[in-house]
Amino acid sequence: MRLHEYQAKDVFADAGVPTPPSALATTVDEVVEHAEEIGYPVAVKAQVHVGGRGKAGGIKLVENAEEAREAADAILGMDLKGYNVDKVLVEGAVDFKNELYVGITMDRGAGKPVAMVSTQGGVNIEEVAAENPEAIAREHIDPAFGMHPYQARKAVYDAGVPKAVARDVASVLTTLYDLWADTDASDAEINPLMITEDDEVIAADAVLNVDDDALFRHPDLAEMEDEAAEDDLEAKANEYGFDYVRLDGNVGIIGNGAGLVMTTLDLVDYYGGKPANFLDIGGGAKAERVVNALDMVFSDDNVDAVVFNIFGGITRGDEVAKGINEALGQFDEIPKPVVVRLAGTNATEGREILNDELVTVEETLEGAVQRTVEYAEDEQ
Amino acid sequence: MSILVDEDTRVVVQGITGGEGKFHTEQMIEYGTNVVAGTSPGKGGQEVAGVPVYDTVEEAVNEEDADASVVFVPPAFAADAIFEALDTDLDLVVAITEGIPTQDMAKVNKRLEEVDTRLQGPNCPGIITPGESKLGILPGNIFSEGNVGLVSRSGTLTYQVVDSLTQRGIGQTTAIGIGGDPIIGTSFIDALEEFENDPDTDVVVMCGEIGGEDEEEAAAYIAEHMDTPVAGFIAGRTAPPGKRMGHAGAIVSGSGTGTAESKIDALNDAGVPVGDTPEEVADNVEDLL
Repeated sequence: MRLHEYQAKDVFADAGVPTPPSALATTVDEVVEHAEEIGYPVAVKAQVHVGGRGKAGGIKLVENAEEAREAADAILGMDLKGYNVDKVLVEGAVDFKNELYVGITMDRGAGKPVAMVSTQGGVNIEEVAAENPEAIAREHIDPAFGMHPYQARKAVYDAGVPKAVARDVASVLTTLYDLWADTDASDAEINPLMITEDDEVIAADAVLNVDDDALFRHPDLAEMEDEAAEDDLEAKANEYGFDYVRLDGNVGIIGNGAGLVMTTLDLVDYYGGKPANFLDIGGGAKAERVVNALDMVFSDDNVDAVVFNIFGGITRGDEVAKGINEALGQFDEIPKPVVVRLAGTNATEGREILNDELVTVEETLEGAVQRTVEYAEDEQ
Repeated sequence: MSILVDEDTRVVVQGITGGEGKFHTEQMIEYGTNVVAGTSPGKGGQEVAGVPVYDTVEEAVNEEDADASVVFVPPAFAADAIFEALDTDLDLVVAITEGIPTQDMAKVNKRLEEVDTRLQGPNCPGIITPGESKLGILPGNIFSEGNVGLVSRSGTLTYQVVDSLTQRGIGQTTAIGIGGDPIIGTSFIDALEEFENDPDTDVVVMCGEIGGEDEEEAAAYIAEHMDTPVAGFIAGRTAPPGKRMGHAGAIVSGSGTGTAESKIDALNDAGVPVGDTPEEVADNVEDLL
């Protein structure tokens, strides 16, 4: 789960990371009101999960009330790379001489957290990592002990952070690691961490991604999830407990097991179609889950045809088929053609049970995908 | 022959009194697995499917002389269950549980450096040596005895490929699901090394997916250390960057690492044919045999 900047900043500030004064606004009047309170200049920042917000016109620096009103008017309600902006953060502008990068992430190859520091902040850190990897100092951390203070100092010295602020930057890094561990984060980043003319350090941005699998022990963070969700269908998937990713094609895909669903997407592409989504309904295929899955895919206007691919392992094919019949029986009219492929335990029995007035039945995965791609083309 | 498990493997089921644990214990026994004990804190002295239940793993291992455990404990308590198993002298711990917090697994990973026990998983379907023993939730009826080894990050994708093989009359020595999480105990390389040392395995199938660099590292290992031919498959060619495709580990990071393309290229460079479809994987296995 990815928090918005304003949510992450609250978490960072509570943990003791210095942040500029800021307030969230949803209307033009609120923006001006907050800007007056904070004092000009302020930055008006769109709260959407889009990289390169500044370049796309989602961040504006304003000097007075008139400019604040103009900026708010332009940003609130704008379409930023496909996302509607309904919230902005109004934040005191920081006069800086340097921009650093500090971050904590899980190095999955090493199976350990890693702390990273760079003096090349304020730009896309992934580009720095690809083009100039030695510009990022890295320090692996023993998750059983946590980050030792010397490790924070070492990373800061290795990165070449100016001596005058080294101590404060190390302190921010230690705090950042502790909050990373406390929130079960996958990534915690500050980019840029600004250094002012007076050698103060201040977090001008905040990224906090929390491990979805750990949300059960962070009810406070889990509560932020609805606010952070951007896509109606993705919010609906959360409610149903599906793994769902929306894509931009027109072939709806439902299956069981992440690897097999990914493979189904790849086959749609291989046979010339375009996947509309990834939807893993997980183990079993009880009627209720099948109904919910179909409801999700049918309610995506982009979808022209649906492939339903189930490999029954422990779950028997005849039970899955009954679930599909029951589910489709609940629709007065099947809005889009559905192709079903059942394999595994009792698949033959399952195929016999399926009502072929409601669905097209295919025996092989390849055959089912090809048929669905044809249907999707016909519907267009 | 086989790798890691056979008909003599004595198995403890951790979390045997839960719904999943009980159901799959019955399924494993029906397949022929030698399930000798179960554990469930506070339920010691009971029996499930004719198997004695103990309060602790240590007690179960000592009383029943067990070699391996299967973990069906829910995610919030699973890391604790794995730590408990690692503190005994079991040879193998197979963690089926899906959804264990990654930071818990980082701590488990640290502990693995200090013990001799092998962890397989978590978030995996388990391991099966057809005709002898299965530990986990794999559907036994689709597997058959033979000379192809299989290692995969995904459960149902494993079934898809095995089904294609079995229908062509190609059986398996052992099939092992290593799991779809970012931090796992047994890697592709660990499993490939076991298959390379198994005289009965003539071809190995390796099913990878997007995310991380394990497949690239495995490709390097194959090129340098393996005589046994390998056929490959990579799921997730069409996955967009930054989206988690079901498995916590299946994510292409923004900088372009972990893509299907880089994995397929690495495998091809190592002489491994990578099928475009699961059927093509089975074709490649036939060619290699």
